[in-house]
Amino acid sequence: MVVIGAGMVGAACAYYLARAGLSVTVVDRGSVSGGTSGAGEGNLLLSDKERGPELDLALRSHQLWRDLNDEGLGPDFEYEAKGGLVVAFAETDFAALQTFAATQRDAGVVTEEVTADRLSEFEPHLAPGLAGGFWYPQDAQVMPALAAARLLRASGAEVRLGTAVTGLQFSDGTVRGVRTTLGEIPAQHVVNAAGLWSGEIAELAGSTLPTQPRRGFVLVTEPLPPLIRHKVYSAAYVSDVSSSDAALQSSAVVEGTPSGPVLIGASRERVGLDRTPSYDALGRLAAQAAELFPFLERVDVQRYYCGFRPYLPDHLPAIGPDPRLSGFFHASGHEGAGIGLAPATGELIAALVAGEKTAVDAEPFNPARFASPQPQEEQR
Amino acid sequence: MSVQFTFDGRPLTAESGQTVGAALLAAGVQSWRTTRFGGRPRGLFCGIGVCFDCLVTVNGEPNVRACLTPIADGDAVTTQAGDGRG
Repeated sequence: MVVIGAGMVGAACAYYLARAGLSVTVVDRGSVSGGTSGAGEGNLLLSDKERGPELDLALRSHQLWRDLNDEGLGPDFEYEAKGGLVVAFAETDFAALQTFAATQRDAGVVTEEVTADRLSEFEPHLAPGLAGGFWYPQDAQVMPALAAARLLRASGAEVRLGTAVTGLQFSDGTVRGVRTTLGEIPAQHVVNAAGLWSGEIAELAGSTLPTQPRRGFVLVTEPLPPLIRHKVYSAAYVSDVSSSDAALQSSAVVEGTPSGPVLIGASRERVGLDRTPSYDALGRLAAQAAELFPFLERVDVQRYYCGFRPYLPDHLPAIGPDPRLSGFFHASGHEGAGIGLAPATGELIAALVAGEKTAVDAEPFNPARFASPQPQEEQR
Repeated sequence: MSVQFTFDGRPLTAESGQTVGAALLAAGVQSWRTTRFGGRPRGLFCGIGVCFDCLVTVNGEPNVRACLTPIADGDAVTTQAGDGRG
């Protein structure tokens, strides 16, 4: 069994595959969490997901993250069940939030309406004059680079870093292993968890996975005492996440960290793999964060980081068997939700590899939806 | 040209154009912050504005990077404990 990619999703795949008794080797062209996993905030969110397959996956993942924490791994990667507070600036936003939250509640999300007068009970330093909000106690956070590293270690998988996959070995339509810059690795199953590079890996099998980078910036403030208790963001974030626009969208997601600095995300734009700092994006994030928490106006931003989410055009990850090559699986395209969705993805892959019943319906994530129409066997 | 400043109340002299960090090192001071959790001493590490290890309080403003901030005449530099906000 070979997993391509030592990010959060690859690590979770390795963990659940190893737990199913498979011998796993993880290869990565760079380092552990060297791509998207090392450039995010570590959000485990239910609050931003509309009713549908991604929410089902997120709900399952929520349970699995709790299980991982109960198994004793949580403190290793700063697991915090801190909850999320989504706030609305205007009455119309609040009304939209009420409708949205009602559909989520039907799907099993725990959420509670917070009227304007009670917002300060949740966040004492929040700006005055907000219309109201919703409390999502299941939202949580991990330190993503550590989470990937700890799950890799817990999996017992052999990890080969600095090892780029250059080809897939196959015969009779079945995968037999991978070719890498450091030799060949035979395998009966190969999982493509290469994130931003998963499209290139899919091409090695002649398949199509139209992964595109969606850029984001995160501002990091100077270390502060604990002033922000939860994940706090404005209702506009939800529509930004589901937008397919290539142009810049930004809405502040603000949270404290155990080590002191406050993290401020999240901008989204499709500009290729361009790392040039965008002062437009950085300035908007800072201004939006200060709108939520006025005290931030007097706090220095010490640095920022930049990363790229692996974006698929229908905003759903590709999880499941490759449509062309037997034994080859994809687990990629989670966009900005890959940390949160990783355990359920790994569990899903392990079940699909074993041919067992899956915990959530796998069909909406079937990578075959991107297959180019050509004469080949039916998928279902 | 020399510049007069204080470190934790102690009068010290620096060369004009030196950073706070350089001025402190030249005066024999190697540590001017304690860490937020372990209370361990910190001073210059990278020295080029990247690592944020050399944070210090200058004229009451916490979390100033000693390695990048020029020392000015009359500056009151003080040891920063933790996040510098008590």
